[in-house]
This record gives sequence, structure tokens and C-alpha cells, in this order.
Amino acid sequence: MNAAADKKVRRHYSAGTVVRTFIKYFSLVFFGFVAVLPIVSCVITAFKTDEEYMSTNVMTMPESWLNFSNFTEAFTKANMGRAFINSGIILVCVLFGAIVIGTQLAYVLNRFRFPGNGLIRNLFLFATLLPGIAMQVSVYQIMQGLGFINHLYGYIIMSMGTDVISIYIFIQYMENIPVSLDESAIIDGASYFKIYWKIMLPLLKPAIVTCMVLKGVAVYNEYYCSNLYLQDKRSLGVVATSLYTFTGPLGSQYNLICAGVIISVLPALIVFILCQNQIYSGITAGAVKG
Amino acid sequence: MTAATAKKKNFFHDWLKSRKGQQTIIILAFMFIPLLLLFVFTYLPFGEMVKFSFYKMKYSTPVDKRIFVGWENYKAVFSRDDCFGAIKLSLYYMVGSILQLAIALYLATMLSFKTKGGNLFKGLMFFPYLISGIAIGFIFKFFYTRGFVFDTVLQWCGFQLDNLPYWLKDQSINNWSLVGSSVWRYFGQNMVLFIGAIMSVDAEMYEAAELDGANKFQQFMHIILPSIKTIVTLNVILSITGSLSAFDPPFVITSGKNGTGTYFVVMNEIAHTSQKVGLASAMAVVLLVIIFAATILQKLFFKYIFRNSDSDDETYDAKKRRKKLEKQQRKELAKQNGPAVRKGAV
Repeated sequence: MNAAADKKVRRHYSAGTVVRTFIKYFSLVFFGFVAVLPIVSCVITAFKTDEEYMSTNVMTMPESWLNFSNFTEAFTKANMGRAFINSGIILVCVLFGAIVIGTQLAYVLNRFRFPGNGLIRNLFLFATLLPGIAMQVSVYQIMQGLGFINHLYGYIIMSMGTDVISIYIFIQYMENIPVSLDESAIIDGASYFKIYWKIMLPLLKPAIVTCMVLKGVAVYNEYYCSNLYLQDKRSLGVVATSLYTFTGPLGSQYNLICAGVIISVLPALIVFILCQNQIYSGITAGAVKG
Repeated sequence: MTAATAKKKNFFHDWLKSRKGQQTIIILAFMFIPLLLLFVFTYLPFGEMVKFSFYKMKYSTPVDKRIFVGWENYKAVFSRDDCFGAIKLSLYYMVGSILQLAIALYLATMLSFKTKGGNLFKGLMFFPYLISGIAIGFIFKFFYTRGFVFDTVLQWCGFQLDNLPYWLKDQSINNWSLVGSSVWRYFGQNMVLFIGAIMSVDAEMYEAAELDGANKFQQFMHIILPSIKTIVTLNVILSITGSLSAFDPPFVITSGKNGTGTYFVVMNEIAHTSQKVGLASAMAVVLLVIIFAATILQKLFFKYIFRNSDSDDETYDAKKRRKKLEKQQRKELAKQNGPAVRKGAV
């Protein structure tokens, strides 16, 4: 951004500049190291055989980086195949539902003036202040009453409705779509639904991608509610809760546990590498109003 | 069919065909599901929770067997030593989150100037935010185990293993260990937020400051900080209310053992293990009240601090006034012309 200023500074190489540059890169490397250390140590351990794990220090490199036996064992022991299928079903349904609901609500709230518009926005905002964990005490009763416990669809419906940040991202984004587009469509005789479907949705595409990535990661990582409402772990486990398998008798066999952790983190890593910019912009956009 | 009903039906039919009618239909159709979900999964449970807090009951207790106990549950929240005492632990998390914001702000400032490998550093530090709470629990159980990762790294730095505490068992240190894992998880996310805010500052401002002979620190104090004041304030407020409801680290790493049970961990146990739903609801309501009070107090506090701050704020106020004026004009225009689509509700 201020490349010119930087260049000017660099030419001088004054003592202050050297020290400052050193401190800067030192702190970046230090915090970068802090950020990766726990993950890297996990990766190292995941490749060790049982004997290696018992006999060597955790930070010693494994003998072979091709020892995938822990991964296959963790995958079968924690029934992760089923878990990935369930997580996939949940992700597709929740994302589809949340995007449809979110864009429709944002369209109505942003484009029309009607009594209660402000109230509804405030109701959604206020809902973010209520801590989710505390509410589960009574949500549990309601889920029980609706017969939603131990059914994927129950969990899916519950997860769809609670996303305020994406609604705000959509509203913000719509504010930048000129109203004249709507007006000319109305003159051409388009219905409001057609305007939503043919004008709003296509123009909202970048915001939709951002929300899908953010919401997708959140749904994929959610463990408290899925543990509470999908109690039959054998057939209804999701990726996050499948890791619970390792708490019992396998509690200290860390080479296996680490392999399980790595398997569960991989999808998030892939999404992150592919969609870095959407994630960053989603984080920034969500914070302005959230 | 009488003439009157026919006319009425006609009127209704016309109304449905009119723009106004179509607007009403689309508003109702698009809002029905989200409002239903909001009601069923947020406000209904909220009301139920307040109701439960006055009863002695279990999950399985049928409705007519619940015993109304008045304020007893609330009294218990404050008199039982395992309940309200747990709120002290949130102080650890508050200190941690302030530290985390400071680190994030420092790194964001570094990274928003030209940096070699800036994107790589940003990615590395941000990634922990995308890992699930359970996985983080396992990673840090492993990390802090005696003689494992953390101890090894400290030994590299010259510490003796015998002098090191048990990070998750020793009650004088284990809460800090948990706070550390929380800082690790979130500092990158805060940093990305702050980078976004700093990037929105006009680059010419720095050039002008450079010409005026301002050094980097002065640039930070007088250009960067004022322009990201709002987002920093917001995050301080969020982190304090977040510390009050700290849950993940103790829940997944230590299961609340050895004096690490925060308020919500205790509440979770009371609700789902001992099934004292009434008491747990009362705890939730008490914490909600505290969180609201804290949020309002902090808002007032920051308003007071920034009451006569620099010109930046004035221009912001001016902008707000101008926007308001524009909106009013638009409103009047809309009234005169009555177009079908109106913008700028609220």
C-alpha cells in the first residue's frame, strides 16, 4: 500500500530500521511457530508405529512418512466413513436451507418497508446475544417434544435457523445492488419472486459463496448439539463427534488419536486453501455489523 | 351469492393482483420460515428457560409433576459454592482475551505493511480458527501431557523437566494452560479482522503522515488506531462477554476437573448429568442478566471515553447526519412519487 515509503526507508538502512525489521520478522516467525507447533506435533505423532510412539520423544521425526496404518485404524475404529457421509448430508441440507432462507429474508428486509421490519431485525440481533450452550437446556425439551432427537432431519432443521451473521452479510451486500434494477424489472412486468430469483440471487453470488464457506466450516465443526441431539453414535455420528470414540479405553494412544484428528481436520484445510479470500472477507464483513 | 360479497371478493382479487398485494404476499411467504425457526429455536426456548428456572424438575418429569419452587433455584445459584463461584474463572479468560486482542492488533499492524511472506504468516496464524473444538481438545491434551510437546519445547529452551508443573493438573497453572489454548485458537481470527479494518484506511493518509515526518509508532497511534476504534471496541466488548460464557477449552480438554470448571461447564453438568433442569435454567438466566448488564455498562463506558475524541469522530458524526438527511429527503420523495419499491427501511 505504501510501497514508495517503504522503498525510501529501505535505502537508508539506519540502525532503527534494521532493528525494527528484525523485531517484525522475529515476532511473525515466533507467532507463526506457535500457531503451527501443536498441529505439526500431531502430524509427526500420527505417522509413528506403536513401538516408536512408546520409545521416542514426541518431537522426533517418525521413521517412515508412509506409515498410514494409524490413519486406517483410526478411520475404521471411529467409524469415520459413516461420519463423513452423515456430515456430508447435514452440510448439503443445512447450507441449501440456510442460503435460501437467508437470502429471502434479507431480500424482504432490505427491499420493502413494512411495519415490524425494524423489530424483526432487532429480534435477530438480540438472538445473537443469547449464549447457545445455555439455551440448549430448554431447546432439548422442545426437540424432544417435536420428536427431533436422534434424527438427522431434526438436527438439520435446528441448524438452519440460527444463522444471523449470513443474513447481515446478505443485507449489506444488497444495499449495494441499485434499486433501479428492481424498478426497471417491475416496469417490464416481473413479479417480486422473479426479481428475487433472476436479479438478486445471481448478483448475490459472491456473498453466497462467502456465507457457504463460513457456515459450512461452522456446521462441520459443531460438536455440542450434534452430541446432544444425535445420540446414536454408531449410525448418526458426525465427523466432529466421531472423535469422541478416542476418549474411552484409547485415551492415551496418541498416535491413533492424532491420526483421527488429522483426518477430521483435512477437509477444513482443503477448504481453507481453496477459499482463503472468501473466508477472510466473510470474517471481516460479518464483524462490521455482527 | 349476494352482490356485496361478490364485490368484496372482487376487491380482494384486485388487491391480490395489485403491487401492494403482491408485496404483502412475498413478505409473508419469505418471512414465514425464518421467523418460525427463530421463534421455535430461540425465543420459545428462551421463554421456557425462564419458566423452568422457577421449577424443580428433571427432563423426564411430566408437566403436572413439576414442583413450583419460586425463587429457590436463584437462591441456590448464589449459595451453592459450585455454582456462582465458578464465575471467578472467567477472569482468567478475560485476561487471556485482552492479551489475545493485543497480539492480534500488533500482528495485524505488522502484516498490513508490506511484508515478505505476509500471506503465508496470515494463513498459518488463522488456520487454528477452522479446527473443531473437539479436535482442539485432543490436540491440547496431547500438547500439555507430561514430557510431551510443550515440555519438550521448553527443554529445548533450557528448562529442566523436574521444574516444570503438570500443565493440566496443577491448580495454580491449569487455567492459564486452558486460556492459552483459547488464545491460540482465536488470535488469528482477530488478526484477520483487524487487517481488514486497517486495509480500509486510505493509503494517502500514511503518505501524508510520512511527509509530515511521523514515525511508524506515531502513524499507528494517530492514523490506524483512531480509524479502527469501533472494531476494536466491539471486540473488547465481545471478548468480555465471551469470557463470561467460556466453555470450550475446559469442556473438551479437562472436562472441568481440577478446578477448571467454568460457569457454563458447571451448568452443563448440572443440566445433563445431575438433570437439575430448574437449577441449570436459573444459572443460565443469571448469566444472561450479567452479560446484558456488562454489555450495556461497557457501551456506556466506551461512549464516555470517546465523548470528546478527535476530529475523526466528528467527521463520522457528520457523515451520519448527512446520511440521515439524505434518507429523509428520499423518504419525502418516495411519499410524493409513491414508487412500488422503496429502499432504506429502518
